[in-house]
Amino acid sequence: MHITFNQIVFLLQGTLWTIALALIGFVGGGVIGMGIALMRVSRSVVVRWIAAVYVQIVQGIPLPVLMFLSYFGLAITGVQVPAVVAAGVSMTIFAAAFLGEIWRGSIQAVPKTQWEAADSLGLTRFQMMVDVILPQAVRLSIPPTVGFMVQIVKNTSYAVVIGFTELTQSGKIVNNVIFQPFVVFTIVGAIYFCLCSPLANASRRLDLRLRSRGA
Amino acid sequence: MKYQFDFSFLWDPENDYALDLLHGAWLTLQLSAVAIAGGFILGTLLAIARTGSIGWARRIVVVYVEIIRNTPLLVQTFWLFFGLAGAGYKITAFSAAVIAMSLNVAAYSSEIIRAGIESVRKGQIEAADSLGLSRASVLFDVILPPAIERVMPALISQYVLLMLATSIMAQISVEELMAAASRITSETFRGFEIFIVVAGIYIVMSVLVRLVLRGIGWLAFPRRRRLGTSL
Repeated sequence: MHITFNQIVFLLQGTLWTIALALIGFVGGGVIGMGIALMRVSRSVVVRWIAAVYVQIVQGIPLPVLMFLSYFGLAITGVQVPAVVAAGVSMTIFAAAFLGEIWRGSIQAVPKTQWEAADSLGLTRFQMMVDVILPQAVRLSIPPTVGFMVQIVKNTSYAVVIGFTELTQSGKIVNNVIFQPFVVFTIVGAIYFCLCSPLANASRRLDLRLRSRGA
Repeated sequence: MKYQFDFSFLWDPENDYALDLLHGAWLTLQLSAVAIAGGFILGTLLAIARTGSIGWARRIVVVYVEIIRNTPLLVQTFWLFFGLAGAGYKITAFSAAVIAMSLNVAAYSSEIIRAGIESVRKGQIEAADSLGLSRASVLFDVILPPAIERVMPALISQYVLLMLATSIMAQISVEELMAAASRITSETFRGFEIFIVVAGIYIVMSVLVRLVLRGIGWLAFPRRRRLGTSL
């Protein structure tokens, strides 16, 4: 059986859900990840330690397990949440840990003299972060952050374990009807490639530009 | 909300659920070990081709790495497993999982190892050449050992991620830890508790895999062992 126009449309709908889930993960993970990154460079040992434990735990658990934990965990509150909520929560928890580590690296990569200069000018810790360190850290963090967006897009595929109909799940459903796995999953793979490849290339270009400026 | 946590399925004498989980974890480790070994060997070969002098081989590796790195492992696995089955080749889920993961992690390994190879100083290679070493000897005795020694931490991180990624192989019915957990969930309806336990097992395994790989590196690179630092 050949793939029909309607099935292609169905795959494209799945693609929209993949993009939506990736955006939820990136925005949610970005907000919490910023907090994690700042906690990781805090002057308080306890705060640093809490953030480090969060990162260690999340990076030691597979994303599919996080998906199930969110799914069952949200269910015990008594409300049956739709799969997209559980998937969005999982992507947020996952992305926050990795983005937090990437951004911590960027903050710490700002030369020590900048910290010392800010200190010697008598800036408060808050002023030092907002006016001196973060603007420079953001510049350093853009290439790896864009690179990590590729991981976010690809990892949304793990939402199939809780039955969320994103692109991969849509592919499975279409394949169950027409039994053309090579055709269906080549199309699915090509769509992912079209989403990820521009991000990967952008990350590489941004990185080269940053290096050539001698940052 | 009042939720009663109930972990009693773990010591239910009629169904050895705890044992089932351990069996699953063991299969996860086996799957990871084979895929890591396969991915490392294939990745090294790809890295050699990528840094070599044969133009078409270099281009093939570039395209391969781009395709693998920009598509999800799950889609690659479905493509391979359902595709081969659809084409009439009988292949067990375990073999399909091992092949898919090896092919996947080989692409990532090759990029990491390539960075290592490119970090070897030109003078080293010229010195080896001038000593009259064969090309194979230059590659395997002079270039690869320090290259891999330098990038070992990055490789280890990649392989821990691979171990975690085996959890998706339950999707093609490999009976690893996740599959065991899903089955027990459907029998006990204690999904949340089971996946808390499973998450704990994965955390322990990720520490374990990291330690074992570090140990292998410690045995394989005497210089690192003696000096406590890479080159």
